[in-house]
Amino acid sequence: MIEKAPPAASPSGTSTDTAPADSTPVGARPAGAPPGPGSRHTHLLVAAPGERARKLRSTMWLWLCGLSAVVVLIPLLSIFVYVVQKGAAGLSLSFFTELPKPVGETGGGMGNAVVGTLTLIAIASAIGLPVGILSGVYIAEVGRGKVADLVRFFAEVLSGVPSITVGVFVYALLVVPMKQFSAFAGGVSLAIIMIPTVTRTTEELLRMVPSHLREASLALGVPMWRTSLFVVLRTAAPGIATGVMLSVARIAGETAPLLFTAFNNRFMSTRLDQPIASLPVQILTYSTSPYEDWQQQAWTGALVLVVVILMLNVLARLGARSRIGAKR
Amino acid sequence: MTPPSALAQTPPADSIEPRIVVEKLNAYFNDFHAIHDISVKIPDRRVTAVIGPSGCGKSTFLRCLNRMHELVVGARANGKVLVDGVDVYDRGVDPVRLRRHVGMVFQKPNPFPTMTIRENVLAGLTLNGVKVRDSEALVERTLTQVALWDEVKDKLDQSGMSLSGGQQQRLCIARVLAVEPSVILLDEPCSALDPIATARIEELFSELRERYTLVMVTHNMQQAARVSEYTAFFYMGDLIEFDATERIFTNPKETRTEDYVTGRFG
Amino acid sequence: MASEHTSRVYEHELRTVREKVVLMGSLAEEMIQKGILALRTRDTELAQTTRRVDRHINRLECEVDELCLRILAMRQPVASDLRFLTTALKIVTDLERVGDMGVNICERVLELNEEPPLPDAIDVSSLADESLGVLHEALDALVARDVARATALLERDDMIDEHYAKIFQHVLVMMSRDPSAIYRATRIQSIAKYLERIGDHAMNIAETVVFLVKGTDIRHAKRRGDPLMDSTPPPPDRNGPAVPPRK
Repeated sequence: MIEKAPPAASPSGTSTDTAPADSTPVGARPAGAPPGPGSRHTHLLVAAPGERARKLRSTMWLWLCGLSAVVVLIPLLSIFVYVVQKGAAGLSLSFFTELPKPVGETGGGMGNAVVGTLTLIAIASAIGLPVGILSGVYIAEVGRGKVADLVRFFAEVLSGVPSITVGVFVYALLVVPMKQFSAFAGGVSLAIIMIPTVTRTTEELLRMVPSHLREASLALGVPMWRTSLFVVLRTAAPGIATGVMLSVARIAGETAPLLFTAFNNRFMSTRLDQPIASLPVQILTYSTSPYEDWQQQAWTGALVLVVVILMLNVLARLGARSRIGAKR
Repeated sequence: MTPPSALAQTPPADSIEPRIVVEKLNAYFNDFHAIHDISVKIPDRRVTAVIGPSGCGKSTFLRCLNRMHELVVGARANGKVLVDGVDVYDRGVDPVRLRRHVGMVFQKPNPFPTMTIRENVLAGLTLNGVKVRDSEALVERTLTQVALWDEVKDKLDQSGMSLSGGQQQRLCIARVLAVEPSVILLDEPCSALDPIATARIEELFSELRERYTLVMVTHNMQQAARVSEYTAFFYMGDLIEFDATERIFTNPKETRTEDYVTGRFG
Repeated sequence: MASEHTSRVYEHELRTVREKVVLMGSLAEEMIQKGILALRTRDTELAQTTRRVDRHINRLECEVDELCLRILAMRQPVASDLRFLTTALKIVTDLERVGDMGVNICERVLELNEEPPLPDAIDVSSLADESLGVLHEALDALVARDVARATALLERDDMIDEHYAKIFQHVLVMMSRDPSAIYRATRIQSIAKYLERIGDHAMNIAETVVFLVKGTDIRHAKRRGDPLMDSTPPPPDRNGPAVPPRK
């Protein structure tokens, strides 16, 4: 708070007696008085009326914002800390390599769940990425007007569908006819969840590619479809890769749809037509069991899942930053 | 190349074989009638400048010559544009193939950011899936044509974006040359560049003139006066005057041309 | 359609050049008129004061040259503006020479006034009237940008030459008859020569006016029946007299 200049006491121009010891010889002037020679802007040193209150309010708001930011961080940090604390104990090589032991026996691991999650991600990506990217290309580049808007609308609606509904849908579509749970069905359900995100990311990033690149390609006599794929898409590729990583991070943790589609498998399996284990489902099973051993493994599994998702997010962020850095 | 004699007068546009003949060209953006009944003969292997105030339709006109105009949603054009005797608006003509004969250089240099310098030069061919025989020779030839070879021959594998603005623009011109067009359209090619880069590119135009027909839109009249042999003055969608540049700038026939070039436009 | 430059400063600069050129013309004319008057009335005082006007004319020439150079560098003028400036540079050269002729006339008058007048006066009035007439007309045509008047002027050059030839003849006769008159006769002949040269400068100015208005260079071409001097109307007159018409 500016306290240097004493409040205006003398209305006269000269101020031989009011200057405090540390102020400039120019001295204080009442606000609004015409500045004398050599003291053009000392009115800036005098606190305006109401300034104190304004500053107080400003500080208050800043603190409120800061506090809210901290509040946001608390759940994330506490989850992480808690999971690490509980799960670290069970971390070992055998966790990743061994299969679950039969009920009652101690030891074993979640090797099959880890492999299962990877398999499901692979299947989901194989289906979801091409569909998502190409539909994004369609909306951004090819479709004109109403049709493109319609496709975008449906993609947005799809992203809002609860994941358990997706699971039930795929159950009716695939599991019932096949008469069994399968990795394939699990992959399909995850793909359906993945597609809207990939589509929207692709579309947004394609829109961000400056139009003059498109024009340059067209002016060279390159047809529209080649321009879209080999110039526009290629330019947007790093950003799309980021979006893909984020959507993979999301589906890695989906549990509900897998309950209806991939179910679970106590053994290692990568067959598409058989049920398959996955980390989320395994965690669910173990954590709701009465066995301490399994509960511990559930925590470890949760830790692994959180770490993987965290790594994917960090990688995506680093990738984005390095892309921007390289462009400069 | 020996410069032409300073005293030689530019022959009238009609006396030179035209490379492009435009007949009653009209262009629209939805309901807006952007250019009206333009008829002009662009002389072969000369530089023709197109000048006029903002919004006069000069860029629209340029883009009609290689059918880039119709790529804008709601844009259309009618009339005849005969390039080497073939009407490019004829139903049988593929606009994509047309653009390989009539290339375009844009205001903002736009090398493809994901490609190296070498890849950029060859882009017009590789993007079309054309296998280039002896690509190194082509790269060297076109980069030499644009006076860029010596500057970049040691860094052909670096990104196209690592060059300065003037170099990028020359790279874009090389990219167009690699496709071997007969006409090169230039839409304010130097307006994003500093004076020295501009001067070098203008020098390049006078060399390109020997083999290619150049049509250049510019809002810089001094550039039009320096670089072109023929100038077309557009105003509010109409072609007001088309004549040898030296006559446009010493003794134009139309009052509106005179007012524009002398700076009397309000 | 706008008739003034968007840049008011530029418009003002051009107007300044125009005004100075017109002023120079008026001063040059005045010099010749007063010089001839001094000759007729044997007025030494007038001759001396008139001589000094040349300084003003010379200064104006320098000012116009400098101003034109500046405008050429800063404004890159084209078309009619460019023609205006290049012709202004030429015209002020002609006018400066006319001023010099004026000085010369006054000096000859001063020399003549030291001698008794010639018994048989040689009349340079008609030559003087004709020369002053074409000079005046050329300057009027310049201000009015009137091509017709300028080209009509070019026809009168022959008449001036005839006048001068007659005077020259007269001078020769006088000198051969009366040797004591030789000194004075040569002075008169000089004055006649100066007047003839003034007529030439007026012709130059007229040719320049045609170039200014129509953009065609008619110098050194046949004067009569020349295909260049056709009757195509000049481009619309945009720069109407920015200064009041001359008296």
